[in-house]
Amino acid sequence: MADASPVLVVEHVVKEYGDVARTRALGGVDLTVGHGELMALVGPSGSGKSTLLNIIGLLDRPTSGTVTIAGTQTTGLGERELTDVRASKLGFVFQFHHLLPAFTAVENVMIPAWGHEGWPSASMKTDAEETLRAVGLGDRMYYRATNLSGGQQQRVAIARALVRRPPLVLADEPTGNLDTASSTDVLQLMRRFNRDFGTTFIIVTHDSRIADSCDRIVELVDGLVTSDRRK
Amino acid sequence: MPFEWFLALRYLRDARGQTTLILGGVAVGVSVIVFLSALIGGLQTSLIDKTLGSQPHITLSVPREAPRPLVAATASLAIARRTEETAQRLRSIDQWPTVVETVEGRSGVIAVSPSIVGAGFTVRSGARRPVVIRGVDPERFLAIIDLRVRMTDGRFDLDGNYVAIGAKLAANLGASIGDKLRLSSSEGVDDVVTVGGIFQLGNDGVDGTWLLTSLRHAQSLFNLAGGATTIELKVADVFAAQRIAAEIQADTGVQADSWMTINAELLSGLSAQSSSKTMIQFFVILAVALGIASVLIVSVVQKSREIGILRAVGTPRGRIMRIFLIQGGLLGLGGSILGSAFGIALAKLFESLARDPDGAPKFPVQITGSLLVFASALATGVGLLAATIPARRAAALDPATAIRNG
Repeated sequence: MADASPVLVVEHVVKEYGDVARTRALGGVDLTVGHGELMALVGPSGSGKSTLLNIIGLLDRPTSGTVTIAGTQTTGLGERELTDVRASKLGFVFQFHHLLPAFTAVENVMIPAWGHEGWPSASMKTDAEETLRAVGLGDRMYYRATNLSGGQQQRVAIARALVRRPPLVLADEPTGNLDTASSTDVLQLMRRFNRDFGTTFIIVTHDSRIADSCDRIVELVDGLVTSDRRK
Repeated sequence: MPFEWFLALRYLRDARGQTTLILGGVAVGVSVIVFLSALIGGLQTSLIDKTLGSQPHITLSVPREAPRPLVAATASLAIARRTEETAQRLRSIDQWPTVVETVEGRSGVIAVSPSIVGAGFTVRSGARRPVVIRGVDPERFLAIIDLRVRMTDGRFDLDGNYVAIGAKLAANLGASIGDKLRLSSSEGVDDVVTVGGIFQLGNDGVDGTWLLTSLRHAQSLFNLAGGATTIELKVADVFAAQRIAAEIQADTGVQADSWMTINAELLSGLSAQSSSKTMIQFFVILAVALGIASVLIVSVVQKSREIGILRAVGTPRGRIMRIFLIQGGLLGLGGSILGSAFGIALAKLFESLARDPDGAPKFPVQITGSLLVFASALATGVGLLAATIPARRAAALDPATAIRNG
């Protein structure tokens, strides 16, 4: 169930590209997402879904408008502060798992904390192992990423996104490269974390089956929110 | 282990082929630097040793006598005159014991030897040879040029009428230990001396003309009772000789010439040799830097998506930068260790291949700790510097673009 306090507030976000002939990718998006929501962001290709996700994920800056994540207003923050917010309040799951091939599963899951803090700690490893066990990879923790199946790699990616228990996880087509069985598996995993830990998920998807299984579906067309349905 | 070290080492380990190749490249570059520096350094040291083996580092002598006009020009009298150089008499340095005392207390000076140096002739049987008569205080002189280790026959004994002569002079006179020689100085004083020792300094000019006697004997040969025409000095740092000579001349008023002035051509040759060495080192280092930079730039391109992910999940830019700087530094350091070992082996092999009849190496090499530290520091520094461009490029990657385009 959604918490009353919002984990994400997007206000009048506009994103334009180009200097002379400006292309408007987002035309003034307003969106409020509460704690514990499982939300699907849908829309046709080029509708601005990935642009909005990048702005919410602080990987891109809006031309105008504000983004507030778990109470932190991000407009005007410097690079270092944005990195800190990404590390502490956001988790990312990409269409392709993007694991570091040189690392084992547990090392990949340790990256968000280790990369941010610099030095490894016992708790980082314990947390990573615990999260891997939670995604059903307790017996694959010390496998190299390249030695895991596609579904297993995506589960490691989810564990990486969840290991620091961020309030908001952004998933960009998380099942786009998976077969049906693995897709169902990944979806169930996200739903379980949503239920058990109250983690908020925003899932960008083209898959109607995935969208239908979410609590809320927001549709974006031509850079504008055209529908916002809750179940 | 810190994150950046862990990742840098993993990247290097995982790209084994690439890492091995660039390590090999750096090692070859460093070995060239070590080999070349050891060889040129050895040759230069050997040349300087040979040169300074038969001469003092600084020679103090009486200033040249300048011509004086017979009639002085006045405001109303202009004189057109022709200047004739004054004949230089053999003279003693004024107050030479005071000068000796003064220079002995100067920092950097490690030995001082007053002497009389003049020309003469020596005769034995029908052989008549010009000689350079050097009257010295044996103890002080040996601190300047250690003739004891260069004696080929007899011993360095200048007591009474005993003299030591160069090996070539001895051969020309057909003289050996105990033989008597008739000696005439340029001042017209004759005496009979006994050969007590024969030395060989490896310098034909010296070995063919030098005749060493006691200072007191030389004073009587040149009619310079209690005098000394030159004061010879040895300094701790041979390359400081020029500066020290200038200071002594300014302080004492005596003429002070360093070995560097006397051997200006040798120094100019050594300097040209050093310049060539520096130029070769520069181009080798440039090649090493380009090699490391190109490998790391390729690595950044290959790993841009990974870098994007690292940035997206909260790894700061500085840490991303350090991952590549560490790789550059490690490649430089690893290559320099391998290269130093290879360079030493090559230098030692080269040294052992060509030898003089006496067994001494024809091309002596000089491998010092400072050379190895210099080569390692240079390669590591260059590795770090070369990694700056790829490291900055990696740190500047936009995570969204990097993840999307890889």
